[in-house]
Amino acid sequence: MNLNRHQIAWRVAQDIPGGAYVNLGSGMPILVAEHVPHGREVIFHSENGLLGVGPRQTREPFDRNLINAGNMPVTLLPGGAFFHHGDSFVMVRGGHIDISVLGAYQVAANGDLANWDLPGGRKTPAVGGAMDLAVGAKQVFVMMEYFAKDGSCKILPECTLPLTGQGCVTTIYTDIAVLDLIDGKVILRELIEGISLQTLQAETDLELQVSPRLTLLSPPPL
Amino acid sequence: MINKILPSAADAVYGVHDGAVILCGGFASCGFADELLEALHAHGARNLTLVANNPEVSERGMVLLLRDQRISKLVCSYSRLEGTALIEDLVEDGMELEIIPQGTLAERVRCAGAGIPGFYTRTGVGTPLALGKEHRDFDGDTFIFEPALRADFAFVRARRGDRWGNLVYDKSARNFNPVMAIGGARTIAQVDEIVGLGELDPEAIITQGIFVQHVVETREP
Repeated sequence: MNLNRHQIAWRVAQDIPGGAYVNLGSGMPILVAEHVPHGREVIFHSENGLLGVGPRQTREPFDRNLINAGNMPVTLLPGGAFFHHGDSFVMVRGGHIDISVLGAYQVAANGDLANWDLPGGRKTPAVGGAMDLAVGAKQVFVMMEYFAKDGSCKILPECTLPLTGQGCVTTIYTDIAVLDLIDGKVILRELIEGISLQTLQAETDLELQVSPRLTLLSPPPL
Repeated sequence: MINKILPSAADAVYGVHDGAVILCGGFASCGFADELLEALHAHGARNLTLVANNPEVSERGMVLLLRDQRISKLVCSYSRLEGTALIEDLVEDGMELEIIPQGTLAERVRCAGAGIPGFYTRTGVGTPLALGKEHRDFDGDTFIFEPALRADFAFVRARRGDRWGNLVYDKSARNFNPVMAIGGARTIAQVDEIVGLGELDPEAIITQGIFVQHVVETREP
């Protein structure tokens, strides 16, 4: 069974070590915060000036001056801090963020990322902080479906959409597999039950390498 | 006696000329100087360039200026406004739109305020936003040059201010405001509350009064 969004988020969260400074992109990546193993302390950064982002606000009226970068009312954990956008992007661009988790339209074998614009360009483009995070974070984790809605594989020899960053993606977490990008190679690390290596390779537009430690991707029910 | 406090938002925006470049603090839906932007709408200035992270996600402030086509150029990192085709329609009607990565936007404005002509960054290399920009290698990595972004005015929103123009903010409503405050040639601060000189903790002042020319108190209804 393919992983749902929460299960992909759970899988990403397992790979975030205690003590890491982590930025979560809007959409599916924001779910990762809910699945950090109990007792593991991870500090979440939000580019609009928060370190130590806590859970979403639950009690109305919401404090609309305390939001994350996706405009959701959130809380700040004890020890958290507020700062302005200049300092926030010193953290991002200066290499102080350990892991950036981003969504993607396409990822290339060399780590190129496309996640912001469409062919020919949107009329109202929205890049936000994605280009800064792509090149600034020490590691970039991508969360996405393995296949696009039209059935095409989102992991490609080369991106065909406008790039967000070059050679930046380190690991891809999908609904059927986890893959590491190392030296231009796409290395399959985990695969769900029910899909054979042959089938996955046949549906993928580039040659997959198989990790000698290939394991089953089996999340808990979520 | 130094007194940067003006009686109204209308007084504060009185000197904004047609064609002015205005930096706006704010991110997503918070920290925008709505009363200043609305006073500017009433004031009637046209052909303005607004620099902000995003067009405001509300029915207030900036949206009035956009709707009445007072903005000839919008500079932002995120131009999509969910639930409306306003920005698409304005672009079709000739409004210029420049997209800048969020960190590059903050740094370009900061440079203007810091007297630095520009900087090299890896952000955007290999993307459509690097087209036409100077590329230069440092230690084996490729960077692009981004110039300082100068502006005539900055409209910022703060929680408290004093008559010297010192400012403190409210949580994530701080966002771009302190950066815009240093970047504007004339910075106007809309504050929720004016406090007496000395009431702001000197250890906690975020924007120092040297960067601020006018302060207006606007209590939320």
